[in-house]
Amino acid sequence: MNLTLKIWRQKGPQEKGQMVEYKVTDISEHMSFLEMMDVLNESLVEKNEIPIAFDHDCREGICGMCSLHINGEPHGPDRGITTCQLHMRTFKDGDTIYIEPWRAKAFPVIKDLIVDRMAFERIQQAGGYISVNTSGNTQDANAIPIPKLDADLSMDAAACIGCGACVASCKNSSAMLFVSAKVSQFALLPQGKIEAADRVRNMVKQMDDEGFGNCTNTGACEVECPKGISLENIARMNREYLKASII
Amino acid sequence: MSGFISSSIARKVAMALSALFLIIFLIIHLAVNLTSLFSEDLFNELSHFMGTNPLIQFAMQPVLIFGVVFHFVMGFVLELRNKRARNVKYAKFNGAASASWMSRNMVFSGAAILAFIVLHFIDFWIPEINTKYVLGDMSGVLPGQEGYRYFEELQHKFFPIWRVAAYVVAFIFLGLHLAHGFQSAFQSIGFNNKYTKCVKNLGVIYSIVIPLGFIIIALYHHFNH
Amino acid sequence: MTTLNSRVPEGPIKDKWTTYKENVNLVNPANKRNIDIIVVGTGLAGGSAAASLAELGYNVKAFAYQDSPRRAHSIAAQGGINAAKNYQNDGDSNYRLFYDTVKGGDYRSREANVFRLAEVSGAIIDQCVAQGVPFARDYGGLLDNRSFGGVLVSRTFYAKGQTGQQLLLGCYAAMNRQIARGKIEMFNRHEMLDVVKVDGKARGIIARDLVTGEIERHSAHAVVIATGGYGNVYFLSTNAMGSNATAAWKVHKKGAFFANPCMTQIHPTCIPRSGDYQSKLTLMSESLRNDGRIWVPAKIEDAKAIQEGRLKPTELAEEDRDYYLERRYPAYGNLVPRDVASRAAKERCDAGFGVNATGEAVYLDFASAIYRYGSEQAKIKGMDNASKEEIIKLGEGVIEAKYGNLFQMYEKIIDENPYKTPMMIYPATHYTMGGVWVDYNLMTTVPGLYCIGEANFSDHGANRLGASALMQGLADGYFVLPYTIGDYLADDIRTGKISTDSKEFDAAEKEIKDKLEFFINNKGTHSVDYYHKKLGLVMWNKVGMARNEKHLKEAIKEIKEIREDFWKNVKVPGDLNELNPELEKAGRVADFLELGELFAKDALERNESCGGHFREEYVTEDGEALRDDKNFAYVAAWEYTGKPSEAILHKEQLEFKDIELKTRSYK
Repeated sequence: MNLTLKIWRQKGPQEKGQMVEYKVTDISEHMSFLEMMDVLNESLVEKNEIPIAFDHDCREGICGMCSLHINGEPHGPDRGITTCQLHMRTFKDGDTIYIEPWRAKAFPVIKDLIVDRMAFERIQQAGGYISVNTSGNTQDANAIPIPKLDADLSMDAAACIGCGACVASCKNSSAMLFVSAKVSQFALLPQGKIEAADRVRNMVKQMDDEGFGNCTNTGACEVECPKGISLENIARMNREYLKASII
Repeated sequence: MSGFISSSIARKVAMALSALFLIIFLIIHLAVNLTSLFSEDLFNELSHFMGTNPLIQFAMQPVLIFGVVFHFVMGFVLELRNKRARNVKYAKFNGAASASWMSRNMVFSGAAILAFIVLHFIDFWIPEINTKYVLGDMSGVLPGQEGYRYFEELQHKFFPIWRVAAYVVAFIFLGLHLAHGFQSAFQSIGFNNKYTKCVKNLGVIYSIVIPLGFIIIALYHHFNH
Repeated sequence: MTTLNSRVPEGPIKDKWTTYKENVNLVNPANKRNIDIIVVGTGLAGGSAAASLAELGYNVKAFAYQDSPRRAHSIAAQGGINAAKNYQNDGDSNYRLFYDTVKGGDYRSREANVFRLAEVSGAIIDQCVAQGVPFARDYGGLLDNRSFGGVLVSRTFYAKGQTGQQLLLGCYAAMNRQIARGKIEMFNRHEMLDVVKVDGKARGIIARDLVTGEIERHSAHAVVIATGGYGNVYFLSTNAMGSNATAAWKVHKKGAFFANPCMTQIHPTCIPRSGDYQSKLTLMSESLRNDGRIWVPAKIEDAKAIQEGRLKPTELAEEDRDYYLERRYPAYGNLVPRDVASRAAKERCDAGFGVNATGEAVYLDFASAIYRYGSEQAKIKGMDNASKEEIIKLGEGVIEAKYGNLFQMYEKIIDENPYKTPMMIYPATHYTMGGVWVDYNLMTTVPGLYCIGEANFSDHGANRLGASALMQGLADGYFVLPYTIGDYLADDIRTGKISTDSKEFDAAEKEIKDKLEFFINNKGTHSVDYYHKKLGLVMWNKVGMARNEKHLKEAIKEIKEIREDFWKNVKVPGDLNELNPELEKAGRVADFLELGELFAKDALERNESCGGHFREEYVTEDGEALRDDKNFAYVAAWEYTGKPSEAILHKEQLEFKDIELKTRSYK
């Protein structure tokens, strides 16, 4: 198939960027979206132009590196997948596809389609852990039985890959889904409950300091999340935060 | 605690609590108004009670006004802050793909409701305050007439078709606002569990029944004048 | 040729590690604060090492080429992690895990290292649970296990199909805690381009800030390499796009021996290739083989019809299918180790029985598992007269609960419903058992330079068992290196800060800068990927699953030619001082082009078939791998002398005192 691509080009963090139009031809429907981008880049190198920079690594939907806003949606129109898992069969011959970086003040553009997600790192560093010595002298793993339901819910929250699609999809650029996933994962487990109050307070404070917007419960994040992280986590974080701050 | 008050979650919870308060207020308001459909006297009695009872006038009314003002001011402040959280806009943003129109446009439905409230204040609240506290007439009776004035004033207001139309449009916006706002308020205070489906259904019913009730009242009085 | 000293402690195997720990030199806490350690790579091995070393009190500088440690490719491991906990009471023990690993590795690993790995495996699970890793649990709230290829017990712990992710997030959390405390200084989007040696010891690295392009010098008292394997030498592999061998290869060029490069694992259950544009291959957890049955058509005409799309697999009668693993290996069936399963698939496809358009795919069929589980569920639910449809529906539910995410992933890529039609799979390069040679302390042949995780050669011999990579990475990082590195650093407490203002740093930096400038200024004709793909094709065709002398000699020659052409005609657009992915790739491919040659040379030198290394000349009468313990029970450690072709071979003779050397049979 033949496609018209409108892609955000920006040379560096301080430069001004713009949408640039490219044409690609003979794209197979079996290609992944990023393979289509590879083909485009290969042709740009051929023409002595600068290839388009985009983040990607594992190309199997788990590392969370890829981060393209495609036709107005993070990770494109398909559901439950990352950009690297999007396949060209989702598009039709002759389509025009808009490709942009994640947009949020807290995610400044580094180059072209690559954004800086250090804000997420700092939020995790503010409390996204259980303070346990890595000595191996902890108690036996089966010493505390954990109800299967709690373990499963915790796992569902822990499935977050930290890609930032929640922020990109949110009209408010809110990072609540990301933060609440980590808060929930630990809040649901007995070993995480000990520091739960400090954790939620510190992580929310860091989130606010980073300049993310305020959640208005539109639910877009849940729909666009490649890992299906549930809004229930946000409600849980709200509860945890209230509990930690008031009681 | 100081960190708490300025936090994003505290703001969100404050929005939710003021919203839940207004949701309850709307039920009372509608209940009182509905009486005008079948009993002129009952409506007059209730109106007079509401208008002259000191507890309602000097305790509840200020709280209500504060709630309304707070909800609006906070809503607009948050909207501005949220806009600033995305300094470069998308060339293409398909918000409809993942979230409802109502949830994405709370500020517009809110603004429409605000415009309506201004009109509503001019229509009812300011004349009331003027009569009672400026002119000092607490009788609830028009000079030279018998019985309370409230029902007649109500019918009189709904005489012009433009006002009825404005009210109907405003109530549609109210419905849209509530369609998202009702369940959103519960989510914000951390209520999301096995009853959430129930809350969502209740929200749908509420967001239809309340505005529809008000619309019926407006139309009824317009056509039965 | 010298004999390598593996520094394995004396004494019975069960006591070695304990004795070692009791006698090892320690660094006191006050002195640890004055010692810097560089950790390159933040996957399971590097991440756990960085966190543990920081916890102990050392100043750690950690480097990752991604924007966060959480994105290292350990995250992609699906199936699970082994540990000899014996929670299932099915006869597991440290010895049995040790035995399985040595046997699975086809007797080419170092006994003492593997025993230590088995010994600390239980602590890994304890540690991870304490960190909040949400392992799967049963209804009693206790940890659940599954079984994996090549073993007879259930010792694999898992977190849905995302075990690697969860373990890595555990490490990442531990790192974050230390980053917040200031004990780890994290360098995201940085790539190590060389190691710096001062007075023969590793004392720092040269790294490039991938965002600004700046070349930076970092000094430390010890350097730890944890940069994973070199599977991307094949271009197409299940590794991440950025996975590379540059750090490992650069330390090799600075004196660290490179061991057993030919030992590479080809994973049997990957999604087949669909076209030339393919950028990588996707692996599906081996756990699928627990329930899936592997087959190809028994008749060649059926295979042809399927390849041409005239016949559907579901239309083929049971007697027309060849369940070749069950046929050849009745005892283990579909659960034979990875190398055996991969070669058997290749054998069938080479014989013309492949089942997709490229002829390079076999079926993995869940129909009988669906029916079996469905019947079981029907019984549980008391549905005595359940119809076939009802049973299948129930069975599909069970399969979905077990492998739902894998099935969904398959459907997204291939656009076929694997519940209704058999999956297609084909082997792909997945893991490299070979790597930088290390002794029992995990130290390379360069003093102060350590290598852990997949990047070293150590524990898996010629073949790695499923769910053992995660175990090794975490064992090295959490529980082994933190002890062994202290033994070396105990002599460094009076050294003080290492200066980066030295002629050694000057020289290393200049060399790097010259090379990067060359790439930018070369203005050649072909892109970096052009060369990488060419190299990959040679590697896959001639140094792939089955090798022979003729092909290997050709490969060595061809790789050399590609390399020469690369250095003449490579084209790298963009500038030095900016984010430039093409420039990053150029450096990596340059190293692969050298490593590939050593790989082939090693394969040529090893005249036997063992594990992932299969030489067509060395087979038994019925076509199985023929190992030669008399002549090849050694680790081939190569010393760099200027060119891969001139590398010098050093042998570490492997001694098997606690396990009898036996032919590996899964029949």
